Amino acid sequence: MHSDRAPLGLKVAAGLGLAFMHLPILLIFVYAFTTEDKSYQWPPPGFTLKWFAVTWERTDVWEAMGLSLKVASISTVIALILGTLCAAAVSRTKFFGREAISLLVILPIALPGIITGISLRSAFNLADIPFSFWTIVLGHATFCVVVVYNNAVARFRRVSGSLVEASMDLGANSFQTFRYVILPNISTALLAGGMLAFALSFDEVIVTTFTAGQQQTLPIWMLEELVRPRQRPVTNVVAMIVVIVTFLPILGAYYLTRGTDTVAGQGK
Amino acid sequence: MSTLSGMLTRISDTLWRKPNLLILLLILPPALWLGIIYLGSLFALLAQSFFSIDEFSGVIKYELTLKTYGELFRPSNFDIIVRTVVMAIAVTIGAAIIGFPVAYFAARYARGKWKALFYLGVMMPLWSSYLVKVYSWKLILAKEGILNWMFETLRLGWLLDAYLSIPIIGGNSLSVSATGTFLVFLYVWLPFMILPIQASLERVPHTMLEASGDLGARPYQTFRHVLLPLALPGVIAGSIFTFSLTLGDYIIPQIVGSSRRFIGQAVYAYQGTAGNIPLAAAFAVVPIILMALYLWIAKRQGAFDAL
Repeated sequence: MHSDRAPLGLKVAAGLGLAFMHLPILLIFVYAFTTEDKSYQWPPPGFTLKWFAVTWERTDVWEAMGLSLKVASISTVIALILGTLCAAAVSRTKFFGREAISLLVILPIALPGIITGISLRSAFNLADIPFSFWTIVLGHATFCVVVVYNNAVARFRRVSGSLVEASMDLGANSFQTFRYVILPNISTALLAGGMLAFALSFDEVIVTTFTAGQQQTLPIWMLEELVRPRQRPVTNVVAMIVVIVTFLPILGAYYLTRGTDTVAGQGK
Repeated sequence: MSTLSGMLTRISDTLWRKPNLLILLLILPPALWLGIIYLGSLFALLAQSFFSIDEFSGVIKYELTLKTYGELFRPSNFDIIVRTVVMAIAVTIGAAIIGFPVAYFAARYARGKWKALFYLGVMMPLWSSYLVKVYSWKLILAKEGILNWMFETLRLGWLLDAYLSIPIIGGNSLSVSATGTFLVFLYVWLPFMILPIQASLERVPHTMLEASGDLGARPYQTFRHVLLPLALPGVIAGSIFTFSLTLGDYIIPQIVGSSRRFIGQAVYAYQGTAGNIPLAAAFAVVPIILMALYLWIAKRQGAFDAL
């Protein structure tokens, strides 16, 4: 039956499309090892591991990395709590304003990041809140909620209500039911949502430029290097590390939600 | 029974008897967070766009006026809006053309391992670092970079030079041309176009395409009159992403592109060094209005009914 074989043209076009999406990232892996440090010369004149050692010694990179990890962890925890609560309420019953709530959750990521960023900044200015670690977290948690929410709401819908009722009939109270019946059922979805929220926060730059004061998260550090390149080889190495660090949670989220209704990262 | 667990049981009973209270308790923290922090800030921004700035002292005058919105229509500002919209349209069309075959192959032909590969193949670039993706194009488009090298090696350098000498889309080199900006936008937003198209194509039954063939349609006719209309909601859903994301971005044109500004850069510049928050706010409202308009047209075309 010919309809199960893809036409050659389609195969080629799809393959080229995938190549277009992946080759540029692979290029970064090559540049991390180049001996050239003044320009982006191709082909690289030689290969070296020297820049890994140089990057290792750079305290500014470590500080930025530490701040990014801290911000991402705390934002993820806040997003997990808020997103799960929201998903629990929305999936449970129809109530007044339900549609408005789901729209509200999605809005921070549906509107361009610059709008979220500048709104928060002008609000902080109006309220005389100085920029700090917490203003960064405030912004990040706001747009991370949606990722957790999307993963959790799909799973909540599949946890049948009769499970909860059975647990209550057997004498468990709401808290025990949550701890021993609901939580095990939604845990992988929460883990996946949390990982994606972490990746999203770890990588965020647009909102962060508006909500950070003097602090430098890793993406902000990277942006500075992009606008005014000072040490290209170090940037190459950091870029490669960032690729690896963000790929791991994505792969993890994929394997955790594989075979369920929801698709990891649906919401981005 | 200890007092603690007794109390928990009582709370639990109350919640069970009054489900509305439970819903309220569940929804309150996220609603307060998003309502106060996010919506509050958004309204604060919108409000500022109705103020104006005193041209001589540079101080914000807190009187309601539409003067700031009027400034958007000054030629220099209006050009920025037009340029951004044209870029958004070009990126959307480009993404649809490149993304469609990938989505179609993944939805229709890929099975088993290949399906997973295609899925990850789209998810990985979607979720990998935005800045790293932009950076990789800085490497590619640089004068001494791989793309120029390829043109030189193939002895096609003259072709690239001829292309770059075209005004508006050309420039001194690819990395400072509008074409460069376009390529980076296209690259960064492409996965957002593929996923919704693939989702809409997954729902097209095989049998329908076979029926079209059985009734004598050539492959092109089947594509044009059966597949494309069924996939259109997906294309429109994807275009909402590519359009909106291009409208609001300010980092890509800053790093790869000419000195001609886009909306995002204008917002950034006016709120930063220029200190003209009202005009920055008014500029920020432009993408919101354009997106609202776009969604409204998409809805009227029935794109959401089919989703």
